[in-house]
Amino acid sequence: MNSVLKGAAYVLAHTPDMVLHNGTTQTTEMVVNPESEYLKKLPEHIRSFEDAVAYLPNQTYIGNMTPDELAQHPQPWVNEKMEGADRHGKLGEIMPQDEFLMLMQVCDVFELLFLEESFVAATKPKFEAHELMDESILSKVKPGVPMAEVEKFVKEEHAEPLYHMGKLVGYVKRAHDVDTNLSAHVILENLVSKASCVLALLNLVKVTGIDKSEVEYVIDCAEEACGDMNQRGGGNFAKAAAEIAGFSSASGCDIRAFCAAPTHSLIEAASLVKAGTYKNVVVAAGGCTAKLGMNGKDHVKKDLPALEDMIGGFALLISENDGINPELDTDIVGRHTVGTGSSPQAVITSLVAAPLEKNGLKITDIDKYAPEMQNPDITKPAGAGDVPLANYKMIAALAVKNGEIARGDIQKFVDEHGVVGWAPTQGHIPSGVPYCGFARQDILDGKINSAMIIGKGSLFLGRMTNLFDGVSIVIHKNQGKQPEAAGVSEEQVKGLIAKAMREFAATLAGE
Amino acid sequence: MSLLQGKKVIIIGDRDGVPGPAIEECVKTAGADVIFSATECFV
Repeated sequence: MNSVLKGAAYVLAHTPDMVLHNGTTQTTEMVVNPESEYLKKLPEHIRSFEDAVAYLPNQTYIGNMTPDELAQHPQPWVNEKMEGADRHGKLGEIMPQDEFLMLMQVCDVFELLFLEESFVAATKPKFEAHELMDESILSKVKPGVPMAEVEKFVKEEHAEPLYHMGKLVGYVKRAHDVDTNLSAHVILENLVSKASCVLALLNLVKVTGIDKSEVEYVIDCAEEACGDMNQRGGGNFAKAAAEIAGFSSASGCDIRAFCAAPTHSLIEAASLVKAGTYKNVVVAAGGCTAKLGMNGKDHVKKDLPALEDMIGGFALLISENDGINPELDTDIVGRHTVGTGSSPQAVITSLVAAPLEKNGLKITDIDKYAPEMQNPDITKPAGAGDVPLANYKMIAALAVKNGEIARGDIQKFVDEHGVVGWAPTQGHIPSGVPYCGFARQDILDGKINSAMIIGKGSLFLGRMTNLFDGVSIVIHKNQGKQPEAAGVSEEQVKGLIAKAMREFAATLAGE
Repeated sequence: MSLLQGKKVIIIGDRDGVPGPAIEECVKTAGADVIFSATECFV
């Protein structure tokens, strides 16, 4: 029997100071053009936490609005703020930077991250009041250190400074004197990824009500790598995050495939549960500091806020078929193979048309498609266009080519089978999976019957291949618990062999 | 004669639009000499 999608959680951390100090667009500019107008102007474009919470796409990400509701608001959404917006949502939460820094400190088990004492004194009560921070997590909050120590490590020991509201509030130490894979920069990036993954896991427990001890396996599908100089991508973020989140019965591993990794992981998790290897598998990921402010130059040039100020995270629970939740159908899986080619037509054929055709389905048979769900508010000013819309047009064009719809019905197809994008440009985070929570609910509510989750990855960025990548899987309404096909027991096999032998012996005796 | 016949071409593809290798295949058939081809990712 197919496994089911039992729940989904989505989290954001608002990290404005990390935009300025850790996003690669900014850190690169500091090296090549430290006196640039962009670096001078960027601080004026930083959003407040309240504005980030009131931003409609962020409210959609944590489940307080549906994509259909978001689509009712005119774009660009940056011009509008939700009245009375809540940092907590039906599917997750938006965490402010100070609490997130404390969660990063909790995630540090090697005494590498330290926070300044007055910052700890001011933040700890807020952190303790968070409903998901239990005693196990709170016991890991370390006492603050004097500012003199913070300054010394930053100035003399190659530590990465941590800022909040423009003030130095802590540091991340290098974990080795010469190993670049354990540099302060890498440790900071990895702690951000781990902490946002932990936050997603904790929210998944809240959203689904699952007992932490019932999770048997966690797959982390972010884009960071942890290891030392002898095993740069050794891993394992999944198990490291599961430990902090209190998933004591879980093992896990990391799956890496650029932005396609979440969908690869979804397929692997669905297969593991369907095979009976594990009953409950969680697919999760934290976000990345490197992409903060990635398109900031265009946002500043167009006098927009620096919209890429959110670290993203998500967690999905894939469980044994309960006869209720939507099924992850591993019979309808699309693959961009080595031989597929890179033209848009070849890519969409391999990911969308081919798996459907194999199962006797048409493109129009799937109610909703979820490719890259990037927020167009972020990508359009940067000249990258509306990415979800571009994907829907390509799917529609293929439907035209296959004779399923008329050329004039492309926009109608896009309206009916597409959704607007709302996810932050955090690489793997927008890749198909932001729709999983809404797809699950819409299928349970009978609004739709099926959705295809599509992940696409830019393998060429790693300089090991020029290939593109992508996979897809269909989620559909639960078809009810099907009784397993009657198997043949060992006893029955023995009986059949004995019967055959007796008949053979009787034949011989007869002769 | 093709517009690109014998011309040297630099290709910057878009991963969510038309990627470099796909443009490369097209312009080669038009007789262009591809001296650089890459695909960028903006998301």
